[in-house]
Amino acid sequence: MIAEALFGPFADFEFMRRALAGCLALALGATPVGVFLLLRRMSLMGDAMAHAILPGAALGYLAFGLSLGAMTIGGIIAGIVVALAAGLVARSSILKEDASLAAFYLLSIATGVMIVSLRGRNLDLLHVLFGSVLALDDASLLLISAITTATLVALALLYRPLVLECFDAAFLRGVSAASPIAHYGFLVLVVLNLVAGFHALGTLMAVGIMILPSAAARLWVKRLPAMLGLAVLIAFASGVGGLLASYHADVPAGPAIILATGIVYVLSLILAPGGMLGARLDRRPHLES
Amino acid sequence: MNARDTILELDNLTLGYDRHPAIHHLRCHITRGALVAIVGPNGAGKSTLFKALTGELQPLQGHFRIHTGKEGIAYLPQQSELDRSFPVSVFDMVSMGLWREIGAFRGLSRSQAERVRAALAAVGLSGFEARQIGTLSGGQLQRARFARMMLQDANLLLLDEPFNAIDARTIEDLVALILQWHAEGRTILAVLHDLTLVRHHFPETLLLARECLGFGPTAEILTAEHLATARRLAGEFDATAPVCHRPEAETA
Repeated sequence: MIAEALFGPFADFEFMRRALAGCLALALGATPVGVFLLLRRMSLMGDAMAHAILPGAALGYLAFGLSLGAMTIGGIIAGIVVALAAGLVARSSILKEDASLAAFYLLSIATGVMIVSLRGRNLDLLHVLFGSVLALDDASLLLISAITTATLVALALLYRPLVLECFDAAFLRGVSAASPIAHYGFLVLVVLNLVAGFHALGTLMAVGIMILPSAAARLWVKRLPAMLGLAVLIAFASGVGGLLASYHADVPAGPAIILATGIVYVLSLILAPGGMLGARLDRRPHLES
Repeated sequence: MNARDTILELDNLTLGYDRHPAIHHLRCHITRGALVAIVGPNGAGKSTLFKALTGELQPLQGHFRIHTGKEGIAYLPQQSELDRSFPVSVFDMVSMGLWREIGAFRGLSRSQAERVRAALAAVGLSGFEARQIGTLSGGQLQRARFARMMLQDANLLLLDEPFNAIDARTIEDLVALILQWHAEGRTILAVLHDLTLVRHHFPETLLLARECLGFGPTAEILTAEHLATARRLAGEFDATAPVCHRPEAETA
């Protein structure tokens, strides 16, 4: 009975299996990138960049309709342009990077919604904003998995410079020229994974699968490799949980997945060693030294 | 003094932000193997000088030459530039001092791991290998950064206020390390505020207050008169300062 409720939907319906594969790919690719976003204190920047992708995807949509390739390329270009432009504004004006990003993404989302509504119906706008994880076709699945593969390879190559760039950038700049490679390479990874996430979860929630599992994992573990593993696990489990909830309770899948990560996050926030009650719940006596 | 003995030449160097100089027409030659304290009030341009030497800041005017190659410099910025909440262990952090050998991809060989442990032992942090850097005290973290610097094995060491908010015992240990590096023939420039410590251990002093107020043997530089001038000069800031027309050729 329970097994039937857990496995039945995936055994019976291909669209559920596709959604499951999409969630697994996003958990493996986007979530580790989210861990670094969180540790670099760029969570809100990730959010801003997710919004920035909208006008690019919308332009692709305006030109070619609901075409995967056009919307993907448009989204990637718009995301990278905004990330670079925000960095440029921050370096060459007195505005900080967060202020310039906020300015860019507000303009982006207004432009994007304007472009979509120029041509489309509200249904299309909903697809772009909130994704359609239950309607992933072959091309979308291939795209998401390709981005995940590229991300894992790139993270493996960038891992050491990226870790140094996060916690001691001044030292990295002193010993190597890799600092800008780590920084901009990472920004490109963020954009790519936001675009991957946007097909499944929409521009507004794509960043949720990156940040929420990472924040929850941070509360439980102290070491970075453990944090990466746990975040991926939480993301995938939330994907499964969200899909099942969506199937059984007949609610939209994208928000269900993000809410599932949210439940894990809130529980972690309360119970985990790094959370609000965790340290107080630890009743073990203190050590001698 | 011939060029072979000089490790660092500052030639009419002017550094600053928004055209306001933080270092004004600085000329000086640092001899290979020198142990130099850089002294001056806050805002005297000491950290700015290090930023320029490590290539983070372009000079407004003049230039400098470093005769070690870029690999030969190790720079210890002020502690505040390090994110202590990042989850990384003391061993991993210190082993990054071997960057020139292992780069971005290679792992540590057994002998390299041994050197990391030796460096940790040399700064008194044996047994701390697996601890997260966030659990270290300020003094312990500074010891770890010294261990990392030791592994960098550089010719020219730049230390920016290495003893800020550090207790006496730790300072004693770290000064001993600096003196050992000096004895090994490395050139060391350290920004310091504790004049007693400078007088005691540092043979040469560069006194800065935006202008260079003197460079030479510590006892001749750290006089009451010089220090009073330094205090007066560093406090001045004129938002409407006129353009400086001091010619390139003038000697400071």
